[in-house]
Order: sequence, then structure tokens, then C-alpha cells
Amino acid sequence: MSDVTAKISIRGLSKSFGSKHVLNGIDLDVFEGESVVVIGGSGTGKSVMLKCIIGLIEPDSGSIKVDGEEMIGASRAERAKALRKFGMLFQGSALFDSLKVWENVAFGLIHGQRMPRAQAKEIALRTLGAVGLGPEVGELQPAELSGGMQKRVALARAIATEPEIIFFDEPTTGLDPIMGAVIDGLIRQCVDDLGATALSITHDMSSVRRIADRVAMIYEGRIIWSGPVAEMDRSGNPYVDQFIHGRSEGPIKMPVRPL
Amino acid sequence: MVPVVQPIGRAFLSGLESIGRLSIFAARALSHCVRPPFYPRLILKQMIEIGYYSLPVVGLTAIFTGMVLALQSFTGFARFSAEAAIPNVVVISITRELGPVLAGLMVAGRIGASMAAEIGTMRVTEQIDALVTLSTNPMKYLVAPRLIAGITMLPLLVLVADIIGVFGGYVVSIYKLGFNPGTYIRNTIDFMETLDVVSGLVKAAVFGFLITLMGCFHGYQSRGGAQGVGIATTNAVVSASILILTFNYIITELFFSR
Repeated sequence: MSDVTAKISIRGLSKSFGSKHVLNGIDLDVFEGESVVVIGGSGTGKSVMLKCIIGLIEPDSGSIKVDGEEMIGASRAERAKALRKFGMLFQGSALFDSLKVWENVAFGLIHGQRMPRAQAKEIALRTLGAVGLGPEVGELQPAELSGGMQKRVALARAIATEPEIIFFDEPTTGLDPIMGAVIDGLIRQCVDDLGATALSITHDMSSVRRIADRVAMIYEGRIIWSGPVAEMDRSGNPYVDQFIHGRSEGPIKMPVRPL
Repeated sequence: MVPVVQPIGRAFLSGLESIGRLSIFAARALSHCVRPPFYPRLILKQMIEIGYYSLPVVGLTAIFTGMVLALQSFTGFARFSAEAAIPNVVVISITRELGPVLAGLMVAGRIGASMAAEIGTMRVTEQIDALVTLSTNPMKYLVAPRLIAGITMLPLLVLVADIIGVFGGYVVSIYKLGFNPGTYIRNTIDFMETLDVVSGLVKAAVFGFLITLMGCFHGYQSRGGAQGVGIATTNAVVSASILILTFNYIITELFFSR
């Protein structure tokens, strides 16, 4: 696969907050229709990378191309055009608590695409059905739902506009293993059914094995390994080995002081 | 020397940075108020929240202020046998100063705090980021409707406060101090000028802008979970209150200084 066909192409992406260098030259390609999962410990810059791609954080340097269009320094109109291709599932679901569930799911259709409310509601209820939630859930407030149901609603909201690219930020964090597996299954199904390109970040290895076509590991602000998910267990990279097996001993040091 | 000067310099620079950030935020927010798309449903919702639901607190404040004003003026003016000036004092004080300032301060406490808390919570729970990913500009969706509602509803609230405040003065003057109702009303109408009311309404529009701007700005800038939202709420109320008093003086100067 060449650089030209990459749906998302990131080169030399750097971002610092004060003296803390979070991203130190990220290079990553995500090709059309594939599901890439970026793994890495907490605080290694996974979320910052995702927010740079979406445009929520302005990077210090580097290049982010979506369908060959440069996003860094792009005009507001170009950025708005790119945003219409994106859907995102947030770690904490980020549902609008002042709106009903169906209004949350239909939000991108009503406000982003200016679709009539009745038509948007129909699509929202259909999308809720696709993630295993009945139409009665649509009339509830987000606060009335369990964590797992909120994640499903957030997933429905992310896919309701049928985006070309979907970002998943820690999709199974805070869920029990069974609900985690359900969400992973729904993510995989959505990606396959929509033919969307997916970029996920997580440190849940069960989730990685269920949703990834390809895996990239981020460490100290750089991608230190990437390859097909099937090769992850024999990557030969000691950092990847330590991380995927959750070992405390290895090249990744956790600074802990004795009690 | 350096340890003494350094914190002062840091605080000064930080103050300048905040003013710059606020100015950019205000300019962006105002530009979104006049550029489509508009959200009439959200504007209406905010108008009801600010205008209708603030009526009880503003009305109560106004009526007791008018009543106290009449009572205090009577006890003071009786020393100079100037009781007849009470209707004039009540109407001019309420329309020019007390109506807009007290309504502004009450709304700052009620609306400024709630806006900062709501938008702050949306910020820390990534709901504002979610708006962006759903192709919706948060300034247009969250901030502009609140500013429009604040600028339009505060003058209406103050107009009602003026009427209720003057009525409070009337009630005390007639039923407690023994004024003649017809004379009291005639004096009030004769003495009141259009400029008294207009200046109060202009103040109200400015206060409405300041209250909603501070609520939105501090909420939008909040960081770090519940504590950050709490700080944003406090800052919104305190800064709006100080700005109301400051701009009250500036607008009074502009209207009435000879």
C-alpha cells in the first residue's frame, strides 16, 4: 500500500504542553476500510494524537493528511469539509445530557446535515436498533442509562451520519468484560457494514484483538512498532511484548517509589 | 528583589493574557451572533430561562427595593420637610440605577452561575469536543444563543423591575406614609424623563451581554473536573458582578455627565 492511497497520513506530528513533549514525531498511515488500533500506556499521547487529527488540538509541527488534503493550516471551510467525514466515540461517551437519547443520535443529522427532525428521528431510531437498543430508549435522557447503554448510544451517534472515518477513544474503558465484548462486536460490525476506516486507541488487549486489522504502538510520543494484529504476538519488539502481556518487568519503566 | 518582583510580573502577564483571551472570545462570540446559521429553538429556550424564570427573583428584589427606598427617603427627607420629593426620588433611583443594577446582579447570580456550570461540565465531559466532531460550532451552538437571549431579555426584565419597584414605593407611600394616590402618580409621571428609562434599558442590555459572556467564557475555559467547574462558576459570578458595577459607572458618565 502506498502513501497516496492512505485515508489518513500522519508525518512527523509533534506536540508539547509547556516543557512536556507529548508527541515526538508520529508517523502513521491508515488505509481506506481498515481498522487500525493504536496501543500504548496512559499518558503516552494517544488521545492527543487523535485530537490533533480531528482538529481539537493544534499540533506544533508535522503533517496530517485526510484523503490527501493537508489539515494543518487548512482553512475553516476545508476543515469543516473534513469534519463531515468523521465520527467519533468518546471515552466517557460525551452524550449531551440536556437532550433525549434520539436527539443525541440525530444531532449530526439535524445540525451538521440540516436534515428535518422527523426524518433524522427515523434514522436515529433505526441506528439505535442497529446497536441493540429499542425505540423506547430513544425517549429517555442519557442520565437514565447504564454505562454500557450510554456507550451504545454514543456508538450510534458516531455512525448515524455514516461517516467515512470513525475514531474510537478507549471504547471499552469502564465496562465489564461482557459489555466490552458486545461493544467491540458492534464496532467491528459497524466498520464492516459501513465500509468505514477506523482508528481506535485503547490499552485493552482483548479489545485490540477483536477490532484491529492492524496495530501500532505508541511510546514516548512515537510509533515504535506497527503491523498486522496477527503479528503482534511475534513482533520481536520488547516494548510491544511487555505491553501486550502486561508485564511489570521490561524496557518500559513505571516510576514507583517504595511505600 | 527578584523573588518579590517575579510574582507581581507573573500576575500582571497572566492578567494581560486573560484580557486578551476574553477579548478574542467576545469578538468571536459576537460575530457568531450575526452570522447564520441561527438556532431559534435554542435562543427561545435561553430567553425563557433568562427572562421568564428570573422574573420572581427580580420582581421580589425590585418591590422591596422600592418599598425601602420610599421608607428611607421619608425618614431622611422629613428632617427638611421635603417629603413631597419621595415620588421623584423613587422613580429616578429605580429607573436609572437600582432597577438595572440590582436586576443585573440577581441575574448574574442565577444565570451567570448556571451557564458557567453547564458549559463547564460540557467542557470537562468532552461534550464540547463532541459538538465539533458532529460538525457543529460550539460558539454558535452554545454561546451565541445565550448572548442574544441575555442582550434582549435583560432590558425587558429591567422594564418590569422598574414598574414593580415604582409600585413598591407607591404602596408604602400610600398605605404607610399617607400620601395621596393621585398626587403621587402625577408627581411620578411629571418628574420621570424618557432618558431615565432609556439609560436604564441600555445599561440592562450591556449587563445582559456581560453576564452571559462571563458565564460562557469561564465555563468554556474550565479545566480539571468538578473543581474546575466550581472555580469557573465562582469566577463567572464575581467577574460579572464587578463588570456590572464598573460599566454602570461608565454608562452613567456617558449619559449624564455634563
